[in-house]
Amino acid sequence: MKVTQISVFLENRPGRLAHLLRVLSDAQVNLRALSLADTADFGIARAIVSDTDAAMRAIQAAGLTAATTEVLRVEIPDVPGGLARTVVEPLAQAGVNIEYMYAYSERPSEKAVVVLKVNDLEKAERVLSGG
Amino acid sequence: MIWDPQHETMPRAELQALQLERLQAQVATVYEKVPFYRYAFAARGITPQSIRSLDDLSKLPFTTKRDFRDNYPLGLAAVPRERIVRLHASSGTTGKPIVVAYTIGDIELWAEVMARTLTSGGVTQQDIVHNAYGYGLFTGGLGFHYGAERIGATVIPISGGATKRQIMFMQDLGSTVLCCTPSYALYLAETAEEMGVDLRDTALRVGFFGAEPWTQRMREEIQAKLGLQALDIYGLSEIIGPGVSVECEHQAGMHIFEDHFLAEIIDPQTGEPLPYGERGELVLTTLTKEALPVIRYRTGDITALHPEPCACGRTFVRMEKIRGRTDDMLIVRGINVFPSQIESVLLQIEGVQPHYQIVVDRQRSLDELEVWVEVSEEVFVDEFRRLEALENKIQDELRNVLGISARVKLVEPRSIQRSEGKARRVIDRREVYGS
Repeated sequence: MKVTQISVFLENRPGRLAHLLRVLSDAQVNLRALSLADTADFGIARAIVSDTDAAMRAIQAAGLTAATTEVLRVEIPDVPGGLARTVVEPLAQAGVNIEYMYAYSERPSEKAVVVLKVNDLEKAERVLSGG
Repeated sequence: MIWDPQHETMPRAELQALQLERLQAQVATVYEKVPFYRYAFAARGITPQSIRSLDDLSKLPFTTKRDFRDNYPLGLAAVPRERIVRLHASSGTTGKPIVVAYTIGDIELWAEVMARTLTSGGVTQQDIVHNAYGYGLFTGGLGFHYGAERIGATVIPISGGATKRQIMFMQDLGSTVLCCTPSYALYLAETAEEMGVDLRDTALRVGFFGAEPWTQRMREEIQAKLGLQALDIYGLSEIIGPGVSVECEHQAGMHIFEDHFLAEIIDPQTGEPLPYGERGELVLTTLTKEALPVIRYRTGDITALHPEPCACGRTFVRMEKIRGRTDDMLIVRGINVFPSQIESVLLQIEGVQPHYQIVVDRQRSLDELEVWVEVSEEVFVDEFRRLEALENKIQDELRNVLGISARVKLVEPRSIQRSEGKARRVIDRREVYGS
């Protein structure tokens, strides 16, 4: 299913991520998933949070640069081959490109969850819902 | 050694008589041929006849970089285009460069002052001159080239770059004289070291280093690592290029070729002339230029003049090493860079805020220019490739305008310090001016 992800521009130096996390915690926003990617100079922190609007307001008030992006949240069986079989292979066959992806486990279920940014959201959603 | 003893050791009284005669002629020329000067003279209520002694120099109006810009490209020229045989250019304060022109006579004069420059370091026709100043619009390369040929030395017009090949040529061709920026001299030494070459083992014996400020400590380092005598030179395109002044073997200040360039030191705030020995802004008047005579050009360079006789026998005044700038001009790898040029580039790129910081550092002796740009909501996207494309776009534009490459670094909004009043745009981590 589609969810809104928050992306925050962070300089690649100590303390910047801590700053972002403090801003979110002060706003009583809970992190569901977090991914960090970086170049030599800067990084992008991507997160799925409990309250996107509250998070965006707090981030902007703190003077950070952020954007929202529509991504897919997909539950997969937490077993060997689960990700390939249920997500990656079907998308490849359908010609949908995965731009980035990160994973996390939800306790205490048997499921794992992946978050994907793809080049064709509607099509990917159709493919993965078996529609 | 002295190339032109008649002029270079002329008794000062005689020199001053020659200067006055030439100044009067130069002033009459600009008054007649250059509308900019005719208006400027009129505004001060003077004519060429007002100049009766060298003391009258202070009656004349100043010329500034801005005047070059306002008269871009060739509005200050005193000869018709047909008489111009060469153009060079250097950076102005905004996107437009400063274009300078030469007649056959100017090229002749330039070769002559450069022959003096090289001879001052003992260069003769026995020498092999490795000329690593850039050839092209920059005046450094061709200036040294013509001077060395005038002497009859062998010139290697290697220009900048391809450093390993430069070291190979130095060894194989037996270069005895090195001409380049001081930072490039150190870079050559470091590169040679990596190649397992000790430049002290080469035939190099003297070097002419300029186009950027450098310290006494750098001089010691260059002399130790390259095994040569490192001489300081000074010049600027607006006046002629290199060839305004040079140190002699005593390394006690740069002798200004005063029979061609009249030097003053002024208080940069009030514009009032300062006596010998006091530090202020160097102001130069050309005495014999044809295409582009310049009256009282404000160089923006801080120095002091010393008239005491030198052991070498030259009677010309000596200027100290440059101690700083009166404006915010930076010299990076020998190229003039103004923060205003960088700002104009950023403002042209959609969504980019004019919040930036310029950081100049010297990594492994080569100057590095970094421009930090704040990332606003407008330009931020959740894709590295687009952010990197933005960095590259800014980098390309900067290279186009500045003529040298700058590294662009995206930083968080409001991370660049805002100061009340004038923003502190530049962090210069190099130690370029000494104390």
